[in-house]
Amino acid sequence: MEMFLANYAYAFTLLILCIGLYGMFFKRNLVKKVIGLSIFQAAVIMFFVSLASKMGGTVPVKWDEIPVEMIDGYMNPLPHTLMLTAIVVGVATQGVAFGLLVNIWNRFKTLEEDALNEAILEDSRD
Amino acid sequence: MFVVSYISISLLIVLAGVRFKESAQPLATFGAGVTAVLSLVGWIVVKANTEAGFPAIRYGFGGWAPPIGIEFVLDGLSAFFLMVVNGVAAVVLWHSAGNLDKHLDAHPPTFYALASLFLLGLNGMILTGDLFNLYVFLEISSLSSYALIAIGSRQAPLAAFRYLILGTVGGTLYLIGVGFMYAMTGTLNMIDMMAIIPLIAEEPAVLVALLLMIVGIGVKAALFPLYGWLPESYTQTNSISSALIAPIGTKVAAYVMIRVLLFVFGASGLNAVWPLSEVIAYLAGAGILFGSIMAILQKNLKRMLAFSSVSQIGYILMGVALMNPLAFAGALFHVLNHAIMKATLFMVSSHLERQEESVDIRDFNDSYRVKYPWTMATFTLAAISMIGLPPMAGFFSKWMLALGTIEADHWVLLGVILTSSLLNAVYFFGILEKVYLRRSGQKEASQASMNEVSWGMRLPALILALALLGFGFFNVPLLDILQTLFPV
Amino acid sequence: MGLQSDLIPLLAVLVSLFAIPLIALSSRRPNLRESWTFLAALIKFGLVLSLIPGALRGETVGGALFDIAPGLPFELEADPLGVFFALIASGLWIFTSAYSIGYMRGNGEVKQTRFFAAFAMSLSSTIGVAFAGNLFTFIVFYEILTLSTYPLVVHKESDAAIQAARKYLTYTLTAGLLLVAGAGLLYMETGTLDFEAGGLSALIDSDIASGKLWVIFILMFIGVGVKAGVMPLHSWLPSAMAAPTPVSSLLHAVAVVKSGVFGVLRVSGFIFGFGVLQQMGADVLMMILSAFTLTVASFLAFKQDNLKRRLAYSTVGHLSYIVLGVSLMTMSGVLGSVLHIAAHATMKITLFFCAGAIYVNLHKDSISQLDGAAKVMPWTFAAFTIGAMGLTGIPPINGFFSKWTLALGTIEAGQWIPLGLLILSGLMNAGYFFPIVARAYFKPGGKDLEGHGEANPWMVVPLVSTAMLSVIFGLFPNAFVHILDLATVIMEQLFNVGGDL
Repeated sequence: MEMFLANYAYAFTLLILCIGLYGMFFKRNLVKKVIGLSIFQAAVIMFFVSLASKMGGTVPVKWDEIPVEMIDGYMNPLPHTLMLTAIVVGVATQGVAFGLLVNIWNRFKTLEEDALNEAILEDSRD
Repeated sequence: MFVVSYISISLLIVLAGVRFKESAQPLATFGAGVTAVLSLVGWIVVKANTEAGFPAIRYGFGGWAPPIGIEFVLDGLSAFFLMVVNGVAAVVLWHSAGNLDKHLDAHPPTFYALASLFLLGLNGMILTGDLFNLYVFLEISSLSSYALIAIGSRQAPLAAFRYLILGTVGGTLYLIGVGFMYAMTGTLNMIDMMAIIPLIAEEPAVLVALLLMIVGIGVKAALFPLYGWLPESYTQTNSISSALIAPIGTKVAAYVMIRVLLFVFGASGLNAVWPLSEVIAYLAGAGILFGSIMAILQKNLKRMLAFSSVSQIGYILMGVALMNPLAFAGALFHVLNHAIMKATLFMVSSHLERQEESVDIRDFNDSYRVKYPWTMATFTLAAISMIGLPPMAGFFSKWMLALGTIEADHWVLLGVILTSSLLNAVYFFGILEKVYLRRSGQKEASQASMNEVSWGMRLPALILALALLGFGFFNVPLLDILQTLFPV
Repeated sequence: MGLQSDLIPLLAVLVSLFAIPLIALSSRRPNLRESWTFLAALIKFGLVLSLIPGALRGETVGGALFDIAPGLPFELEADPLGVFFALIASGLWIFTSAYSIGYMRGNGEVKQTRFFAAFAMSLSSTIGVAFAGNLFTFIVFYEILTLSTYPLVVHKESDAAIQAARKYLTYTLTAGLLLVAGAGLLYMETGTLDFEAGGLSALIDSDIASGKLWVIFILMFIGVGVKAGVMPLHSWLPSAMAAPTPVSSLLHAVAVVKSGVFGVLRVSGFIFGFGVLQQMGADVLMMILSAFTLTVASFLAFKQDNLKRRLAYSTVGHLSYIVLGVSLMTMSGVLGSVLHIAAHATMKITLFFCAGAIYVNLHKDSISQLDGAAKVMPWTFAAFTIGAMGLTGIPPINGFFSKWTLALGTIEAGQWIPLGLLILSGLMNAGYFFPIVARAYFKPGGKDLEGHGEANPWMVVPLVSTAMLSVIFGLFPNAFVHILDLATVIMEQLFNVGGDL
């Protein structure tokens, strides 16, 4: 139990990760897959942020009350900056994904996996 | 030092220039060409530096000294990959000029901007010395490759979407792995981390991180059984994209694999808890056989080539995972060979797709010999190299790999290499037979007349095919250097 | 001479390679095209001839050109054995070139340019095989030989030819791969693949486990054994008879299959060394396989009605004579083998030439159709008779001497069963060749022979010449090109002895 409490952030991350994966691989609708994808990426962002947090630490902006040498007083800024980039990447990914979905819709008039597979089968028949 | 930054900047210039419609293709080609020349210069400089005993060239961005800042590292390995990637890309983009008028369902500037962005991502992945930065470049190249793949047949966006889902999972898993490693070591710099890993190699968190990274990159590199996205993507996309992505996309993923597994973790770090290198080697072996067998069963030339890629990537990853200089040199040489061979073969398929509107192998007949004499000669050269017969370059990479398996006492893998050569022969000679020999029931070849593509397309393909012959005869200087690149 | 003579082996390989573009470019003008072939053949033969005096002194000419794989030089060296083999291949190419012209034109074959170009390529690689100074170079040329003969086997493009060519590729490519694997294993053990008369000293001195040695040996033996037609790896050879006759005659009686037995000689005499093989007991395996082959092949030859297939099985049998001789590992045995390489080449090429002439002229390929044919084609059948007598082992034709030496070898080695099989097989040779001769001479011919005469001179002259050669070499084994002396020098090197035998 103690172990769980000490690592609850990890466990939580893992949970969201699994929800995301479930959405991507088991939902038959392509939009839902993208939603799963975004949940999946959110989990990773949370994971990184949790890495940076310190009990009792404050935002990493220089503040006279806490000298810079006292590193426990500040949170680690690096993961946050990394995640800013990762969020941008995530948004870009979703942008491309939705762009593809629009294309698929224009061509097949459906976003359901099963219907798409059928359409492809019919394509290859003729 | 200049070399390093130029390589990415020249691509950015191209991006700026693509606003002008007509000039997109020449500009992109020019950019890739300049980059290729710079890579060559870089390779020569690195070689000279190494001989003189200097360390690798490192360039810290924004004046921040590594490990705090992000840095680019140009050592022998990255110089080699830059040379291969940019060289092949330049030829492919040159070749693409002839394909622009039709068969490209996109606005050329957009297309070439994407292609340049894709190359930028790959160059960045190769050069960067920072694990997180690598992720960013990985996503840049991946996102542009999704878009490139989506331009193609009716099913192309769907194939691209499936690739996107798998690719993003792969990328994200890699990112989690990086997170774990950061938590363990407090650094993201590869060279820094390399020094710390031996101290913590047996921690379970490191193992988890390692597994996540292997799976993540494995998706990108199409390591068996994570190849699922590859065949459909290469088949459905347009012929320029397939010729651009197939030869170099997976290679760079293989480069990341080498960088992370052999350089950052090293043999001791990788095998500290589980013999992971053997697992990878046998997975690669399974991929080799699986890819070859699937390739035999295909009716579509592009899909056949795609499955053949799955198998050829297996060679490279196997060579990496065998962890000895011979196999390593074989793997690197195969990176070069396979990039050239696949580019050539996809160019050939683009010629046929262009002129015949179909790349169905069942439609091939001996009129092709009359219609496409140059294209078919090119195909024959590349095919012989793929099978791995001397004196083509393909033979020598397989020879080094075979020596590597013997050195590592992996007899099963030696058998895999030999068997796969035969399987390659089955599907390539199958096509050669169709194209060069008259079968009963076919119409006379004499009725057909020359229907060859323009010289602008024939020439690049032919040059690459002849390069295979050249590399076959004069492989020793290169192989000698490649062997020294193996991290001790 | 110095540098100049060192380049001769390379030039000998390159000559026919240079002829290929010329042949391709002059495809519209057949006469010019064929003169390129002739020119290349003559120059090649001349180059090989110029190597003979040195070879007779036991010298090796040539050397490493550049490294073709790390640690492995691309090495062309004309040692006496190489010169011997190159001599046969290049000498007989001249006759075959003349014959091909007669055959291809007489038969109205298509795609002659491809045919002559591929032929020149095959010859290049055969000479490369002969002059290869190490196993790796050998493999390179061995594989090129496989590839360049593929278009020749499939030449007719009939379904049967395609099937045959597939079979041919399957067998020879597999064999090539096994040879590569064997070479790789050996290289990792010894760090060298050089041919060294009497065996690699690095291998003899090393302490490789005998299990591994066996693995290497079997891989290599299969690798070269397939082309040498050792049973049970022979079945590509009769199928490959789908090729036009000039191909069967030069490549599948001389160049390709002989590069197989030549490989057996190289592997056993120049890589392993007879001492090591005997220690391993590998000689027994070779002996059993070859003795089995030569007996069974003779039986199978009986059953063939197709003339070329009968000749093919006879080739399988005779190749095993050579392997058997090597497996005896005594001086006379190996000498017999080497001589039989030459003897079988001249005799079998004569027989194939005859078969081709009969096919072109009378459109007959079955033995049962040959009644009375000798009256129509007297020269052809005279030559055929000489070849058949030689293969049976009747003096004074050269086949007799090689067989005699082989028999001496078996006695020297005290191997009575192979001796018995040799004699039996000789009788069977008589059994399957003389009925053909008898049919042609003594049975009355059918009506369909009327109006046919002798084949055209482009074909008759070569086949009579090779028949004459068989007789001349039988009577004077040292005539013209010192075949016996060369063979003797090879023996001296292999068994490391000086002076006369």
